Formats: sequence, structure tokens, C-alpha cells
Amino acid sequence: MSQTHTLPVDEYRITEEPYYRPLGKEIEIFVAAHENRLPILLKGPTGCGKTRFMEHMAWRLKLPLITVACHDDLTAADLVGRYLITSGETVWIDGPLARAVRSGAICYLDEVVEARKDTTVVIHPLADDRRVLPIEKNGELLRAPDSFCLAISYNPGYQSVLKDLKTSTRQRFVAIEFDYPAPELEREIVMAESGIDATMAEKLVRFAGMTRNLKDSGLEEGASTRLLVHAAKLMASGIEPAEACSSAIAETLTDDPEMLEAVNELGASLF
Amino acid sequence: MTNTDRATDIVQRLHAPLAAVISPRRTISIAAEQLAARPDHELDMVIHRATSLANANAELGFQFIQHAATALDCMPLVDVQAWSERAVELYDHDGLFAATSFLERPERYADEILNRANATSFDDASGMLAIYINGLAGRRLSLEIGEEAFTDTETIYLPARITRFDDLGLNRQLYKATASFLWAQTWYGTFQLDENGATLEQQLAGYENPRAARDHFDALEAIRISACVARDLPGLYRDWQQLQALTGPVEYPAHWSSIIARLQRPESSVQTTLELLPDVINDEGPAALCYQGRIMPQQVAQTTAARLEKDKAALQAALAEIARNAAPATAAENGEQPIVTNTLHFEIRATAKPDAPGDFDLQLSLGGQALGIPPELEALLQSILQDLGGFPTEYLVPAGNNEFDPQAITAEIDTGSGLGNATYYPEWDHQRHQYRKDWCALREQDVEPDPAPFVQDTLKKYHGELQHLRKAFEALRGENQLKKRQPDGDDIDFDAVVQAMTDLSLGLEMSPQLFTQLHRDERNIAVMFMVDMSGSTKGWVNDAERESLVLLCQALEILGDRYAIYGFSGMTRKRCELYRIKTFDEPYSRLVEHRISGIKAQDYTRMGVTIRHLSKLLNEVDARTKLLITLSDGKPDDFDGYRGDYGIEDTRQALIEAKRQGIHSFCITIDDEARDYLPHMYGAVNYTIIDDVRKFDDVRKLPLKVADIYRRLTL
Repeated sequence: MSQTHTLPVDEYRITEEPYYRPLGKEIEIFVAAHENRLPILLKGPTGCGKTRFMEHMAWRLKLPLITVACHDDLTAADLVGRYLITSGETVWIDGPLARAVRSGAICYLDEVVEARKDTTVVIHPLADDRRVLPIEKNGELLRAPDSFCLAISYNPGYQSVLKDLKTSTRQRFVAIEFDYPAPELEREIVMAESGIDATMAEKLVRFAGMTRNLKDSGLEEGASTRLLVHAAKLMASGIEPAEACSSAIAETLTDDPEMLEAVNELGASLF
Repeated sequence: MTNTDRATDIVQRLHAPLAAVISPRRTISIAAEQLAARPDHELDMVIHRATSLANANAELGFQFIQHAATALDCMPLVDVQAWSERAVELYDHDGLFAATSFLERPERYADEILNRANATSFDDASGMLAIYINGLAGRRLSLEIGEEAFTDTETIYLPARITRFDDLGLNRQLYKATASFLWAQTWYGTFQLDENGATLEQQLAGYENPRAARDHFDALEAIRISACVARDLPGLYRDWQQLQALTGPVEYPAHWSSIIARLQRPESSVQTTLELLPDVINDEGPAALCYQGRIMPQQVAQTTAARLEKDKAALQAALAEIARNAAPATAAENGEQPIVTNTLHFEIRATAKPDAPGDFDLQLSLGGQALGIPPELEALLQSILQDLGGFPTEYLVPAGNNEFDPQAITAEIDTGSGLGNATYYPEWDHQRHQYRKDWCALREQDVEPDPAPFVQDTLKKYHGELQHLRKAFEALRGENQLKKRQPDGDDIDFDAVVQAMTDLSLGLEMSPQLFTQLHRDERNIAVMFMVDMSGSTKGWVNDAERESLVLLCQALEILGDRYAIYGFSGMTRKRCELYRIKTFDEPYSRLVEHRISGIKAQDYTRMGVTIRHLSKLLNEVDARTKLLITLSDGKPDDFDGYRGDYGIEDTRQALIEAKRQGIHSFCITIDDEARDYLPHMYGAVNYTIIDDVRKFDDVRKLPLKVADIYRRLTL
């Protein structure tokens, strides 16, 4: 009375090229790692383009991209799959990881350190040269096709020491480090994403630099490229630059009234 | 010049303007003697003001001089100037009598401005400004109160109050404008040394009248800097212009137009200003901008000299470190001291970033091979670049045998206390908006156990309530349980499926709740109790604290939460003591009971360093929820100035650090006045004041309350 049910993965295909401006050799490294069936670890602060990079690579390699946003209640069953009952029969439903393995897709586990510790162990046999996913509950051993790719991300900046990746986990991966792009690049990205002109984009990038200066003076993180793009989009829709910086950047960075005022003043000084 | 000579000088300088009102019986010699002890710049201002008052009416000038010394005693220089200006206004409107009687009472004016509603004080503005200035760019600058607004390239001095405008907001704006203008001086190279290493002070010394040269230099630089800011920070420049428009535009001599045009070019530097200075030196200088402050070449020279030496030593030490790491690894493997060969040369290249004016990309290379620049070195290199505009070769020679020794600072703190094994923590100085590095020395030690049966007595005393307490806490205890009949879960609940199938075959509706779910109801809490052992707890507070701990331990043993208890006290930053009562790893035992009964009131309350240390301990524990609970009876207070705002701000900063590490802080206090400062320190909801205790003399209830607060906190 059991059958296996696999959801189609075609809807996870990316048909249009997602904009991505490489910072270094990350595209080449990813391609080489994929060719050699090596799993990939993306490190870097929030909003610097890790997820966008994955979308771009999925498009480039013409593979479906299955993304799992990890949270602290994510169990191994959530990743691998579970039995459901429909019309009097038990049906095995693949979890996102099993689905990706079965169809040779890219599986991207975002912020993997947030997940429960036992889940990281599930990915171990997939992340070394065995490339298998044992599914204990239905006694299946899934072998990953060559096109399957496992990628995980984490932000070394703000997680607590306890949530650090285990050495046994991280040593299975090829690591690619991300950081905020250099000013010229960042300006280009902001322009391409929002359509604002070069002068405005340059000022936004300088504003981001100012907030990053404050990282040790009470800000947890400076403005990310994503926030700059948000501000730029608001500006492109006709919001005053100082207003856009305040809503899209300053208010999202801090609640502390003094810090907020200072960041707003910095934004107002530039425009 | 002795004070007598100076007094004579004052009398002589004022003789002509005041000639109409002084006579052998009506002199200014006593006033002159009082003023003689004043510094030069104050004296100049007073004489200048007296002369211009005398131009309106000689009697005004006379009265001003008579009361100037008192005025200088009771208000800052800018306000003395404002006071004299107000006198002229009164004279114009209401005549001589009104003006002279106003001048006779400078104290009253001083009181008045102190209480003016539109006044913005340094304390109101400095917090925001410090963040703002450090956000802009360049070397870290701290803010301090000064007689006059100026910068020595490390600190920006600002007046204690600004009352120039009638509007509070405008005065705040003026604070920002002044601070940002002084920042711009440091950023756009006003104080940069020339290619021969000459300071501004030395370059101005060549003029016949260096003080006049300085003022003209100041005026020219203001033009250049305004142009730089107009290019890079147009929003800020607009604010400056708006303020200046309110105080009236600055008029420049006619033939300055070409000079202004040259200064405004993007390629102009401080050298341009110095080249143009001889052209204008004999002109009547323009009035200062309202936010201009002053240039103090001497102070700048002193600070720069000290910093250059420090930076040079630090850079050389850092390069030596890099050279050691870059040395062939084989030497180290063989156990030999790696030898730094002097044949390799460091090189640093600075290329201007096209997008960030005034900012440079730095590349460090050793013997032609590019090296990465560690972030801590980056700030140092930028600082040197800001001073010198480049890197002289002697800076790039690695230090020989560790001339620069960061350990020396630690050793300095350590001297005088033979207790050893101290851990050093920074402390937050809210006025400088900076940490004082390695400021507090903290030592851990065990509480002397006291075998008195305090715990047993307490348990007996609260016998009745304890039953109730235990029940309340037992209800909280969570366990792993397999939850059946869930709509979603990891596994199938076969009992439920069998029943559902039966239902189905009977034609009934099938229940969708067919799964089991492992519900991990772990409390997974680690809690740290930080107990105030300061002198003020002596007596009933100490008893109440100890009784609370006894009941808490009972409750926590039921719950299975991991917990630790530390007491804190100390005297001065060099002797912060932490008393271990129970660590996380230690089980609750007779020894812990004896330690609880051994808690005694000690010295002072330095909270910041304690919070930093206990957060570190908490961080070493693996728990989902981490709590830091403070039992206290008052605000932070220590012997060496750790009180008032300083103590509160440092404690607040330490709590913010803890929060960033994922620790929830909570404070339980019996200080009635705590409502004034606790919300600022702990946040609006993270404290409880047990204030009805003393009122109803119901000390007995306090320990139960503490236990109950803990229960509600972790519900």
C-alpha cells in the first residue's frame, strides 16, 4: 500500500538570466567544483549576493534550484521526506533534498547553521565522494546523478560561536567567500538593479561605506548591497533620496534613536 | 611678561578709546589687574570688544572692562561676547542707563543663558555627533567640551552650550555644522605636513604677525574646505549655507574673487592656500563663518608629533610581524628563530579611489610581492596617510626587537596588585565615545564558605510557601514527549491510522490527524545570577538576597535549568572582584549552601566589567536561551569616578554587547529611584523593581517574589 511520490522539479528552473556581477573568480570556481562533483559553501555577510549568485549559477548550468531556508526547528525529516496518508494509502513524499538528489538539481541550504544539529549529519554522505542519500524510513539509498549539486551558505559574522559549523561538516566543502563589492562594482550593481544614474548610485555606495565605518561604534552590520538596491529602487520611483535612505537603510539597520539620527544625518549630508 | 606688565599693557591699549570717560580718579587699573591673569586670546577678545563698545559709547566700553573679569569667570568666552553684543543692542534701544546697568550684572546674564530653553548642550548633541563624525570618514575623532571650537586632529572640541539662535533645532544644527567643519579640516588636509615635514605652525611662523597669518589662513582654508564639502557632501553643505544665511553672508574683499576661484578648484590643496596667503596677508580679513571654529596650530603640532611617533612605531612593529610570518617556514620548522633579512623592502602604494574622494586604495608589498593588509593595519595606514600624504621610507623599516610592546600597557595596570591572574576588560567612555582598552582588571575567587545553617533556617522559615513554589515550578518542567494524533509529523501514528481506516470503512469521515511528532520541550536555559555584594547591601538587603538565592536554587533544581551564581564587588578599576558561589558545572551541594550563607557586603558596584566577564562565561555554555539576571540594590557606583552617567552608560554598553551575543539581561532591584535609569540600561521591559518591600515592611515576601519573577520570565 505504499508508493513513492515525487513532485515535479521543472518549476524550479530559472528561465531568465538573473543579474549577477562577479566579484572575482567565483563563477569559474563554482563551475569547476560542479564538474568535479564537489559541494560548495558560500560564506559572507547578509545581502551581499549569495542567493543571487546561486540563482545565476542555476541558470548558467541550466539546472533546477531548490532552496531551503533553514530555521532552528528544521529536522532531518523536513529535508529528506516523510510518509503521508492519502485515500487510505501511505505515500512517501520526498523532502526538498531528496527531490534535488533524485532529479539532479541544485539544492541550496541557506543559513545552514540555523538548522538543528542532526540535520547537518544527513548531508554528510552527500557531501563527500559517496554522494548518496540514505533514506532510512523507506529503505532507499539514493545515488546522486552527476548534475546534482549541494550548496550551503552561512554568515560567519553574526552567529554565535555555538552555531558555528562543525569542522567535520565544513571540511567537506569548497568554500567561496563573499563580501560587499568594491565601490565601483557596487555602483554598477546598484545602477543595473534599479536604473538610477551613476551620480546617485555613487552617493549611495558612499553612504554604505559610511554605515560600514560604524560597525564597531554600535551598528551590528553596515548597509548591505541589497539595502542599497532597495533605496535605489525607491529613488527611481521618485522618493526623495534622503527619505529613501532613511526608510530603506537607516531604519532597517538600527532602532537606537541616537544611532538612527546619526545615520539619517549621514544620508542627508550626501544628497 | 609679568602680570603687572600685562596690566599696564591693557591700560595703555585702552587709553585712547576710553579717554573720554577715564580720569585720575576713575581708572581701569584694578580691572586691568584682574584681567592680567587671563590667557592671551581672552584678553585680545576683551580689549577688542571694549574698543568696539567704546566706539558706540565710551562709558559702555568702560563698564564692560570693569565687569569683564567677573563675566569670564561665570561664562565661556563666546557667551561673554554675546553678553557685550546684547549690551550694545540695549544701548541702541533703551539708552545708556539700561545698557550700563545690564553690564553691571554679568552673573544674571550667565544664569539666564544657562536656563534658556533654546540652548543646546554638548551632552544633548554629542552622542549623535560622535557617531556621525566617525561615520563620515578618516581617523577616529572623539568629542570633548572646550572653551572654543577647534580640533587638534584627534579630538574635536566644542562649546558646552550653543545659544546663538533662538531656535533649539538651529542650535543643534550649528553643533553639527561646527563639528563637521572641524572634521573636514582633518579630512581635507588642512593640517597635513608639507613635503619637508614642516607643521602648519612652523609654516606660519615665517610671517611677521603669525596670529594674523593664522586668521587669514583660516579664512582661506574655509573657502577651500567649503568647496570640497560642496562637491562631496552637498547635503551637508546646504545645511552650512542655511545657517550662514541666517547669520548674514560673509563679505570678501573685491580682489579676492580670483583667489576664491583658485581655492575652489578640485585640485587645490592646503599648499594652494599657503601659496595664496602672502597675497592677502595685508587685507582686512573677512568675518569668520558661524560654524568655522578656530585653527590652533600649536595644539595640532603637539598632537601630530605624538601620534606620528606612535604610528611610526606601530607600523614598524606590524611590518616586523608581517616579515616574520613571511619568512621561510623551514627556518621555523627547524626550531630556529626565523631571521628577518633586510634585503627585502616593504613598499606601500596609495592610489586614489575614483569614487570616494580623499580615500585611497592601499597596496602593501614586500620585495615586490603583494601582501594582504590586515584590517587593524588599514586604519593605521590611513591615519599616517592623512598626516603625511604618503609613506616616508624610514616608516617602512620593520622594528628590530619589539620596540613597541602592547604588553607594556597591561603591565602598567598590573603593578601594585599582587593578586595575579587578572582578566582585562575594556570600559566604555561615553564622553569620548570610545572604549578604554584593557581598563579593568577582574579577578575571580571563591566566596569564603560559612558553615552557619543559614540555608536550613531559610528552608524552615519558608516551609509553607516552599510547597507551593515547588508545585509551580514542577508544572513548568518540560520533557521530550511523543505527541500522538498530530496533523503533521515525522512518522505515522499507526493507532490513529487503524482507527481512521475503520471509520472509513464504516462510511465515516476519516480523521486527518494521523502522525506522531517528537515534541522536544527542552527548556534548554542557562541562567547566570549576578548578585550585588556592594557595601550598600549590608543588613536586610544582604539577607534578602541570600534567602532569594536559597529559594531560587530549590526551584532551579526542580526545573533542571543550568545555573551559576556569582557575586560582585570591588574597588577601583584595578581591583574588580568576582566571587564564585556556584559555577555552571558544579552541582548544588553543601559547599554551595555554605557559600551562599557566606555572602557578605563588600565594597563598590562596578557593573560593566562584571557583565562583560559573566557574558563570556555564559557564552561558553550551549543553551538555546541564555539569561543574565542581576540582583541589585542601586545604580553602578565605584570609587574612581565610576558613577552618574559614566557608570550607567558603561553598564548599558556592556548589556548591549551581551544582547548582541544572544544573552537576555534582566534586573531585579529594590532601588526606588531605579525607574530613572533602569529603562535606559536594561530596556523598557527588562527589569522589575520590588518597591513595596520597605513600605509595608514585608521583607519576608521578597525572596518568593524573586522566584516568581524567574518563573514568569522563563514561562
